[in-house]
Amino acid sequence: MSSEKQGLVLHPSPANKVFRDRVKELSGEKVELCFQCGACSSGCPMTQEMDYLPSKVIRMVQLGLDEALESKTIWVCTTCFNCEVRCPRGIDIANVMEALRQLVLRKKYDHVALDQLSDEQLRELPQVAIISSLRKLTA
Amino acid sequence: MNIAYYPGCTLKTTAKEFDISTKASAKALGINLVELPRWNCCGTVHALAKDDVMHHLAPLRNLLRVEEAQQSGIVDDKRVVALCAMCYNTLKRSNQAFNADPDKAGKVRESMNNEASVYSGQVEVEHLLETLRAQGWDKVQARVTKPLKGLKVAPYYGCLLLRPRGIGVDNADNPRVFEDLLKALGAEVVDFGYKQKCCGSYHTVHMVDVVAELSNRILTQAQAAGADVVATACPLCEFNLGNRQTAVARKYPKFNGIPIVYFTQLMALAFGLGEDETALGMNRPDPRPLLREKGLI
Repeated sequence: MSSEKQGLVLHPSPANKVFRDRVKELSGEKVELCFQCGACSSGCPMTQEMDYLPSKVIRMVQLGLDEALESKTIWVCTTCFNCEVRCPRGIDIANVMEALRQLVLRKKYDHVALDQLSDEQLRELPQVAIISSLRKLTA
Repeated sequence: MNIAYYPGCTLKTTAKEFDISTKASAKALGINLVELPRWNCCGTVHALAKDDVMHHLAPLRNLLRVEEAQQSGIVDDKRVVALCAMCYNTLKRSNQAFNADPDKAGKVRESMNNEASVYSGQVEVEHLLETLRAQGWDKVQARVTKPLKGLKVAPYYGCLLLRPRGIGVDNADNPRVFEDLLKALGAEVVDFGYKQKCCGSYHTVHMVDVVAELSNRILTQAQAAGADVVATACPLCEFNLGNRQTAVARKYPKFNGIPIVYFTQLMALAFGLGEDETALGMNRPDPRPLLREKGLI
């Protein structure tokens, strides 16, 4: 049996399927495999800042609900990969979050803007912070 | 032993103490770290979207420089040592992606056709902690002239030194490489539950308050476990746990500061190197009053 078939069998509407397949393609992750154990959410250091738990975002993607793109969660994710080492189904949830961010960013909606930072802030911040922030949160 | 060394941008600017103490302590162990000629920024984070090939160019171009350095004879092998956890992770993941996907590798080669040579995929990306472990902790211990006796150090791994699976320097659930090093240096290792928890990373740019919250949790847990000082291997962790303590104190007035140092600074200290090589005057908060109190400087 292929791993695809071991996953959840869902039949989203054609529009929802387009969204789900796009996220799967961009992330390279088989989101159907998620059975909602919640290990990702329990280990996530950022849940207090999120509107939907990471496991819920995965559920939304399984169902092809593009409301996931409006979620605060995808921007709060720090790509720390805690979820990746915990997932018993082998899904790299951070890859799914990146795919969702990319779908928004590629429409050129930057999430941070450096020109809103003061000179003092820019002087204080290490390069590694500025570059990684721009890489993750702007197009 | 001459090994190619990739410092990365931050070690040359706001984290000079990491660069200085790394070169000095490695040299004390007979490892000559040769700064990679013409290195460029690695991009700091791995491109997680599967169609994103462009962002592999910066890290892979550095690996091509390693091959060139080996061919010209300035380093002994096709190995590059990184120190910053983010650089290490980014270089290693791009290398892995390049070797795992011939289609991606082809596109990368095509995009780097202005280079004099073609990248083979054979460079090994290594963190200094791995280099030291491979040499044996007894080698480190043998070089110690001033054991860090009585200094309670909490090793903070953070994220990218350990994760994701297959990339980290040690077991993601139960790492020991940092602990083994600290023991070899004669320090007292303090174990604490938050050593693998994220400090908030690049959100320090636009969500200072969130980073202060995460840093507070990590630091107060280290303090509750009895730590005098927290050791790290990442200049972004160091900034979030160190410089951001002013934001932590604003949020939690009862918070007592705790020094954050790079593991290489502790090595330099235990090897009996001077102030110029430990560079302990550059950390914020200043670790020197504590180290004086402990009789270590």
